[in-house]
Amino acid sequence: MDELEKMLLMQVADLHKVPEGAYNIRKDGETDGRRSTANIEIVPRKDGKSGIDIIVRPFTKNESVHIPVVITKTGLQETVYNDFYIGEGADVLIIAGCGIHNCGEQQSEHSGVHSFHVGKGAKVRYVEKHYAEGDGKGESVMNPTTRVEIEEGGRMEMETTQIKGVDSTVRVTRASLAKDASLVIREKIYTHGKQFAKTDFSVDLNGEGAGADVVSRSVAAEESSQEFLSRINGNAACHGHTECDAIIMDSAHVAAIPCLTANSVEAELIHEAAIGKIAGEQLVKLMTLGLDEAQAEEQIIKGFLS
Amino acid sequence: MLELKNICYAAESAGQGKEILQDVSLTIDDRFVAITGPNGSGKSTLAKVIAGIIRPTSGSIYLDGEDITDLSVTERARRGISFAFQQPVRFKGITVKDLISLAAGKKINITEACGYLSEVGLCARDYIDREVDASLSGGELKRIEIATILARGTRVSVFDEPEAGIDLWSFNNLISVFEKMYRQTKGNIMIISHQERILNIADKIVVLVNGKVDRQGSRAEILPTILGTTACRALTDKMED
Repeated sequence: MDELEKMLLMQVADLHKVPEGAYNIRKDGETDGRRSTANIEIVPRKDGKSGIDIIVRPFTKNESVHIPVVITKTGLQETVYNDFYIGEGADVLIIAGCGIHNCGEQQSEHSGVHSFHVGKGAKVRYVEKHYAEGDGKGESVMNPTTRVEIEEGGRMEMETTQIKGVDSTVRVTRASLAKDASLVIREKIYTHGKQFAKTDFSVDLNGEGAGADVVSRSVAAEESSQEFLSRINGNAACHGHTECDAIIMDSAHVAAIPCLTANSVEAELIHEAAIGKIAGEQLVKLMTLGLDEAQAEEQIIKGFLS
Repeated sequence: MLELKNICYAAESAGQGKEILQDVSLTIDDRFVAITGPNGSGKSTLAKVIAGIIRPTSGSIYLDGEDITDLSVTERARRGISFAFQQPVRFKGITVKDLISLAAGKKINITEACGYLSEVGLCARDYIDREVDASLSGGELKRIEIATILARGTRVSVFDEPEAGIDLWSFNNLISVFEKMYRQTKGNIMIISHQERILNIADKIVVLVNGKVDRQGSRAEILPTILGTTACRALTDKMED
């Protein structure tokens, strides 16, 4: 790997070198390195589509899987299908991420379709970072799709971050939860320039005691635009909460569309959405500490997205 | 030393100018100066004029002889003026440690953060990683606000009604914070307050009435003229509510 690719890996997966545990590194459409462990097996897909199957044995504890993607070739467009099978009672950390460096004229695009099958009582923490850079005219596009099925008592925590760089993204997440299963989503987005980011969550709470907490914090600056759609369907005695909190700046656009559907009298569903500029008093407070306006703005945004 | 010369401020209200401050001239060179007076007398406006948040319609402000009238909030802060808000501002995602670091102007370690927080009666371990947001109570926010002023350690510190919005128990602790600050400060502290116990530790008391300096002088001269007046009783009642 060259320095540029190493830097992209750092940005999306905090990796300085080959990670501990299981990993699969994808570079410009090819596998650049892969390792399975005794409990986590990574194999190519059998259906001919591009991508891998990640199989975590039941009751595997405290292990991690890194599956970063780096793209440095301009004009590369790919769709990759990765399926995760998390065995009963397992507890694992999965770090995914995509870094694009596009110096050319053509559009580089990565569409990752990730399907999670979270077994009974299993726990997964899934961390996904998107990063792009490059001074060419070619756009960097990322369209992740995440499908999640959680069996009884299972839990998934999903943290997704996209801070600057990505020109266009449409993020689709679909989840269905069985009895006592839970899903926590924390999304952070910062767009600037003429970037566009759309997120579309839909969660079906099918089992009694299922719970979902979907929270998005975003900052839209300059001429960028964002759309946030979040739907929670309560089909049983369940708890659902969705929240979108956005800071809007300059001449950006933000649309927040939360949607709740209750199909059971026992379903408890809440949505919150707030869009607004940085509060003037926050700027003034930091200015009384000696920061200038630009520094104050930067600190407020940094905190908001931390 | 802070000097205000002939400060006037008129606010536009329903098309009519309302004189909030009228020809206020003051010198703050004592260790501890309390500004008091009835509600609506212009005290908070005066504090904001000093911090640069409100620009006076006319008049001048000098900090150690330098004319700072046209300086921005940031420039005044950098020259050594600190301002504690009456209603501390909340921030999503900014932690207590972040805020104190910003105030100190450098990254601070846990021991330093602990120092400032224990000064205001908070246990650092419980607070440094908490966000300065709605999860903190009014009293906690107030103390953190004061800790940011301590961390700055500037020449002039202005507190706008530090007692507002806190319960009696927190208030007793707050008084000891100010008593200690009085003993330790090397600069000038100016507090806007209605509280007898705060006025009691002031070297100088200034009474503002209807936007004008009604009277000013040493505590021994002024305090007896305030205590027992209807204005002060009403304000004491307000605190007890």
